[in-house]
Amino acid sequence: MTETIGYNFLQVFFVLAIAPLYAGVLSRLKEIVQSKRGPSIFQPYFDLWKLFQKDEIVSEESSWIFRVTPWLVFVMPIFVTILIPVLTDYPLAFAFMGDMLAGGFFLGLAGFFAALAAVDTGNPYGPMGASRTRMVGFLAEPVFMIVFFTVSFVAQSTIPYIVQKRWIESPAAFFAPAHILLLIAFLMLILAEGGRIPVDNPSGHFELAMIDESKGLEYSGRGAALMKWGGQMKFLVLACIFLNVLVAPWGLAHGQATLNVLAAVPLILVKVLLFAIVLVAIETSLAKLRLFRITEFLGAAFITSVAAMVTSIFPGV
Amino acid sequence: MLTSVPEALNAFSAGLILISAFAMVATRQVRGVLRFFVYQSLLLSLSSFVLGYGTHSIHLWALGVITIAAKVVAIPFVLRRLLPGDFYERREISQAVNIPSSLLLALLLTLVSEFITGPVVSAAHDSVLRVNVPVGLAGVLIGAYSLVARREAIPQLIGILAMENGAFFAGISIAPELPLIAELAVAVDVVLIVVVVGLLTRSIQQTLGTTEAAALSELKEEPVEWH
Repeated sequence: MTETIGYNFLQVFFVLAIAPLYAGVLSRLKEIVQSKRGPSIFQPYFDLWKLFQKDEIVSEESSWIFRVTPWLVFVMPIFVTILIPVLTDYPLAFAFMGDMLAGGFFLGLAGFFAALAAVDTGNPYGPMGASRTRMVGFLAEPVFMIVFFTVSFVAQSTIPYIVQKRWIESPAAFFAPAHILLLIAFLMLILAEGGRIPVDNPSGHFELAMIDESKGLEYSGRGAALMKWGGQMKFLVLACIFLNVLVAPWGLAHGQATLNVLAAVPLILVKVLLFAIVLVAIETSLAKLRLFRITEFLGAAFITSVAAMVTSIFPGV
Repeated sequence: MLTSVPEALNAFSAGLILISAFAMVATRQVRGVLRFFVYQSLLLSLSSFVLGYGTHSIHLWALGVITIAAKVVAIPFVLRRLLPGDFYERREISQAVNIPSSLLLALLLTLVSEFITGPVVSAAHDSVLRVNVPVGLAGVLIGAYSLVARREAIPQLIGILAMENGAFFAGISIAPELPLIAELAVAVDVVLIVVVVGLLTRSIQQTLGTTEAAALSELKEEPVEWH
């Protein structure tokens, strides 16, 4: 029991430590593909360090929401981390505190407060970005729901560890048409939720075109660092759910020994690196969609997820 | 329940075939529709290869080779030779039904095909049949739908070909021993259809300046010069 609590903390530490690196690797890979040099992959760490050193300025007109939000945005991905399989394939101490829906709610809560905080300061760009994020959010939510329900229907559970075990134990379910449809729906969802390119440009600096970034414009110093780090962790957590639960449930630590768990780390890193390459391929080969085309993009994700549900419910599988 | 590798790969490509059918409905550009059709044909041939390997059926191998030769190589080649290059960059803005609704209808068609074939295939104790028949029927229905909803000639043509892909995908699970002569006849037929429709489209475009099928609603009395 104490061991699994320890591994839970190890998972949290892993996500905390790797998330900025992952963001750095993604942007570096993208720059390389676009034949630029790009910043070092450790640049996000330097950015965070610099921001933590700086003074924080908070508008007098803003309310407590503005002050609380960075902490919520920072903490919620950590809560999700203790619910999902990041390193081990057996449930850890807190795994049964919540299922995948709870994870969705945690991330949703962070997003909700981030949107409120953007409106709070009265910065003209904040509310615009917040309302756009909400638009993407409410289009993405039905897809989330359908994906989770389909997964739980196939695996007879909504606990991510059990779902993951189910894919390993039954290759028939793993290769079923429903599964590949689910994967594509969830990938489109990650692109939308993570603010990646067909929906939003993560490296854009033009406020009028921003969706996800403009929510954090008002933050400085520690608040900005927490928002940034939280966003990076959210993306890594989503990638971990996608990879460890849905795409490639193999390669996680099976044994209880500490060495086993530590040995799983490089494998996970390889997995997320491969995923980063796929993401870079997607991001460099597609153009950013116009705002009103995003409904079509997420509509397609919705159709795919419902098709997954349809093909899994009927006796075909 | 353990499945063999060919069956797993077949089910995997079934999912992707369904996805590419949706993608053909969702794509505006002619080039994109053609590309997704090529992907779908590749997946179909992959399916028939793995099933041919699994059931030791030479006919399915032949079908896979014919599919690649006809649909992955010959049809895009013929279309490219017959129609000018700018044709493929064209976007089809005015569809009869807009794309989100089209996708919803495609989903509905999938639901219908699962609903219709569900009782039938669950009676058969064949896991390949259970995967292929609903997806194949969905492919046929979605192809037929894009035939109705599209207004440009070439996407309509690809709708017919996608219907044919769906029928074959269901067919390879029902009748793996389909005689080679039937497959060959169908493959040659398909290429001929493409040649005829492509030539027709080309001359329609040269005389009228458009290939929008919806615009072709009036008969012309005066003789038209053919180039």
